[in-house]
Amino acid sequence: MSLTPEDILKIAHLARLEVPEEESSDYARELSAILDFVEQMNEADTRDILPLSHPQDATLRMREDKINESDQREYYQSLAPETEGGHYLVPKVIE
Amino acid sequence: MTISNASPVTLSTLSAALHNRELSSVELTTDYLNRIERHSDLNAFITVDPDSALKQAEEADRSIATGNPGPMTGIPIAHKDIFCTQGMATTCGSKMLEKYISPYDATVVERLKQAGAVTLGKTNMDEFAMGSSNENSFFGAVSNPWDKNRVPGGSSGGSAAAVAAGISPAATGTDTGGSIRQPASFCGLTGLKPTYGRVSRWGMIAFASSLDQAGPITRTAEDAAIMLGIMAGFDQRDSTSVERAVPDYRATLDDSLDGLTIGLPREYFDQGLDSEVGDAVERALHQLQSQGVRTVEIELPNSMLGIPCYYVIAPAEASSNLARFDGVRYGYRADNYQDLNELYCRSRTEGFGPEVRRRIMIGTYALSAGYYDAYYLKAQKLRRLIANDFEQAFAHCDLIVGPTAPTTAFRIGAKTHDPVSMYLNDIYTNAANLAGLPALSIPCGLDSQNLPIGLQLVGNYFDESRLLNVAHRFQIESDHHLQQPTKV
Repeated sequence: MSLTPEDILKIAHLARLEVPEEESSDYARELSAILDFVEQMNEADTRDILPLSHPQDATLRMREDKINESDQREYYQSLAPETEGGHYLVPKVIE
Repeated sequence: MTISNASPVTLSTLSAALHNRELSSVELTTDYLNRIERHSDLNAFITVDPDSALKQAEEADRSIATGNPGPMTGIPIAHKDIFCTQGMATTCGSKMLEKYISPYDATVVERLKQAGAVTLGKTNMDEFAMGSSNENSFFGAVSNPWDKNRVPGGSSGGSAAAVAAGISPAATGTDTGGSIRQPASFCGLTGLKPTYGRVSRWGMIAFASSLDQAGPITRTAEDAAIMLGIMAGFDQRDSTSVERAVPDYRATLDDSLDGLTIGLPREYFDQGLDSEVGDAVERALHQLQSQGVRTVEIELPNSMLGIPCYYVIAPAEASSNLARFDGVRYGYRADNYQDLNELYCRSRTEGFGPEVRRRIMIGTYALSAGYYDAYYLKAQKLRRLIANDFEQAFAHCDLIVGPTAPTTAFRIGAKTHDPVSMYLNDIYTNAANLAGLPALSIPCGLDSQNLPIGLQLVGNYFDESRLLNVAHRFQIESDHHLQQPTKV
């Protein structure tokens, strides 16, 4: 599998990462090498095999719908880069 | 009593010395804080908190005086900086979390605290646990105490270097593809990755959630048994924690090995294994045979495809887990941005290092529309085949033994320009994570350059007791685990 610099820019956008255009061919080469390597997976015949998403096929537990956390908004917001009046601040999204 | 450098210090001897009042926790903790200071060139710690450590030590001394000590009361330990610690920086080796102070303790931290352990600080690691050499840390590489020009392994490199150098009696680590066992191998220590679900992942910063497990890095199997007994157990805050009683791991340490069958995977002794590592593993097997075990050849035909499988599943889960770092609620935020998208992109690009960005990109691609079946689904099917291989092997043996890593510690910088060659470090370790099985590394000798070699033991689900039993009996009749680096 060979990725093009254009593929790299598309993946970077999906991952919300910036890849400067001048680095996109280096990234393409590096990531293609990794993808070539992982394609060894095709040596294994996996027809009719169920995917294993979790060791021991663990499933999520249910719990009672009860409040078990206390309100720590102020504490948590003290960790944020920018807050105001109990809100997290980001650049204007809607004009 | 003073702590000498002549012989390695174990948790059991420290515990006895504290309980018999031969030394106080404050004396012990002060001694270790001084050692950390003297060995700061190793770069094993990201954060050291002497005030908090001494306060905890004073409390430990009071609890010993009132005759109410816990199993680790007064013993200083270090936590890998992936575990959240309330009031102490938790960086995960990343610029993204350089200034992050967790609002809560991880379950592992909480349990060890309740058992009386004193936290010295937080150890260096590959950023977000992504690496096998500790060179991917925002806070710089860590030196291996056996040879300071070499890596300690990774991602729990700081924890392993700290224990090997004698600047922490024991430490916690995490293992997603070998990150406890490979550093333990490179630094001449005992490192245990428990069964998936045995130890709570709550408060342990997520890398690949279906693979991550926490475990101890210690001098001896007995010390690992002590720590695992405290760390293990059900936790409702971890959705995949297993509700199952924790056995007394110390009680079975001395059990006889007579009649045990060890499986030797043909594939693990093939090409790519350093001959000195292979020879040391053979000698260890002879010792185990003389102690009563029988060996049988087994096959794990798909396990050599573990690395390609792992390098789809782990980055895919990581790309999803690391989406939370958006520069809004916590963590690093870029200085310059025009709009929300730029805020996300710049904060993530500046906050994450190159290997983390690389893996996020691979994972994003593997999960993207049109490629999911070819990569992620294929990897999950292969994962089932790898787990099935183990299931079949365990029908013929009680545990599986082989090398932990294909080589001993390599030089700092030797593999940084070739991600794929770095990934191959985990060739013998990652299959246990994919299958969710417990596995442990113990020292089994030194190579001609005086570097430690690791022996890996893989057990069946929840059979940590057996792994620790075999490791302990091996250590009783050998002195590999007592070897220490001479240069520190």
